[in-house]
Amino acid sequence: MKNELLTGTSIMAVEFDGGVVVGADSRTSLGTYVSNRVTDKLTRVTDSIYCCRSGSAADTQAIADIVSSHMEILQVKLGEPPLVQVAANTFKEICYNYRDMLMAGIIVAGWDKTNGGQVYTIPLGGMIVRQPIAIGGSGSTFVWGYVDATYKPNMNKEQTVDFVKNTLTLALTRDGSSGGVVRVAIITKEGVERRVFLHNELPEFYQG
Amino acid sequence: MPRARKTGTTIAGIVFKDGVVLGADTRATEGDTVADKNCSKIHYLQPNMYCCGAGTAADLEMTTALMASQLELHRLNTNRQVPVVAANRMLKQMLFRYQGHIGAALVLGGVDKNGFHIYSIHPHGSTDRLPYTTMGSGSLAAMSVFEARWKPDMELEEAKQLVRDAIAGGVFNDLGSGSNIDLCVITKDGANMIRPYDVANIKGERLGKYEYKRGTTDATKIVRPIIVESQSVKMSRCVLSSAACKFFKENPGSATGSFTPGPRDFSATDRDDLLPNIGVTSLGRT
Repeated sequence: MKNELLTGTSIMAVEFDGGVVVGADSRTSLGTYVSNRVTDKLTRVTDSIYCCRSGSAADTQAIADIVSSHMEILQVKLGEPPLVQVAANTFKEICYNYRDMLMAGIIVAGWDKTNGGQVYTIPLGGMIVRQPIAIGGSGSTFVWGYVDATYKPNMNKEQTVDFVKNTLTLALTRDGSSGGVVRVAIITKEGVERRVFLHNELPEFYQG
Repeated sequence: MPRARKTGTTIAGIVFKDGVVLGADTRATEGDTVADKNCSKIHYLQPNMYCCGAGTAADLEMTTALMASQLELHRLNTNRQVPVVAANRMLKQMLFRYQGHIGAALVLGGVDKNGFHIYSIHPHGSTDRLPYTTMGSGSLAAMSVFEARWKPDMELEEAKQLVRDAIAGGVFNDLGSGSNIDLCVITKDGANMIRPYDVANIKGERLGKYEYKRGTTDATKIVRPIIVESQSVKMSRCVLSSAACKFFKENPGSATGSFTPGPRDFSATDRDDLLPNIGVTSLGRT
């Protein structure tokens, strides 16, 4: 990869009763240079479906734009918002068919009235799997243990947001390619609520 | 292999209270050589939109010209001022299609009904919308100036000075950037190109004259004059006297040298019209 923009990233999504919480750091890097320190890696697909992007910035933006376009057409055809699984499978189709040309690890999360809050993860080869919780990006390697030890089913909204905030803080403090602020989006029946946690608003863990 | 001309560049853009300010240096390089000391890197897209370019000079020229044309057609088709997001989308989709082979790194700036926008667009087709951004080899120097001094809702003069200082950071600290600083201010009233806004490196005036006066050094030998030994004059067309005409009529086909005209034969009547008949093309005297 010559000098492409990479979102060396920490991203995650968690299902909870009534919706999903998605979160991401905000660093985009070009080699050792941080080319954007306030990136928004939580990208809108429809009003109630978001995706978390990791990998090549160009690839993931292009895929997200294409899927958003598909979903907008589908919404007009169906006369109602498309299901999260439809959006996720559209992502998968592109990621799988063009797997040799793309560098994209995407988490699709959202809410629909048929299946409630859902999280789908699409790693590099173009596989798709639904999980109650998904982590991704270079920073995720540091927090698998924390996630497994801490995650409890049936958390409420605020517990889930705290869990996401804590996990991402641990990830971006240990991963050099992650950093900046923590962005969170809460997707429920009511719509999307965005939150930003600046570096001084993040929880403090062991600092050495 | 021949290498394309890449512009080691400093370009930048910021949002201020009433619009956006774009800035660029004016150096174009070919390896270590400065190929152009005053090139223009702020390209026109629309009356409300301009675009700074860094990377391969040919690709930037082509990309921005193509985009200007497509945006104009879009404006005519929709009968509306083109929004900046549209230009951003068209540029990123084109660059993504070419998978980074079009070496264009852009700072797109403009004003539309949705507000003031600055986008940075990378060669592979990723884009970022930011309140201030820099690109090119001098982007690190320029960004350090913005990170230290940019704040929301700056006044026009303050914003121009900040962009000038950011580009100057590139001009002085990056070998690939240099010469002058161009600015482009875009507000809801239109765009204003200022070229150059600042000449960072004014060429100095020479204070003294260091040439020796004529005759400071003594002549050590006399140059010998040229002696003319011979001169020759050749005529391609001739004017014949009546005597010459008579001679050639009486001796058709005779050689040119066999008639030696006297001095007065050349001042005689013009009988040029006889020449084709008597088969003489030239007449000379040495």
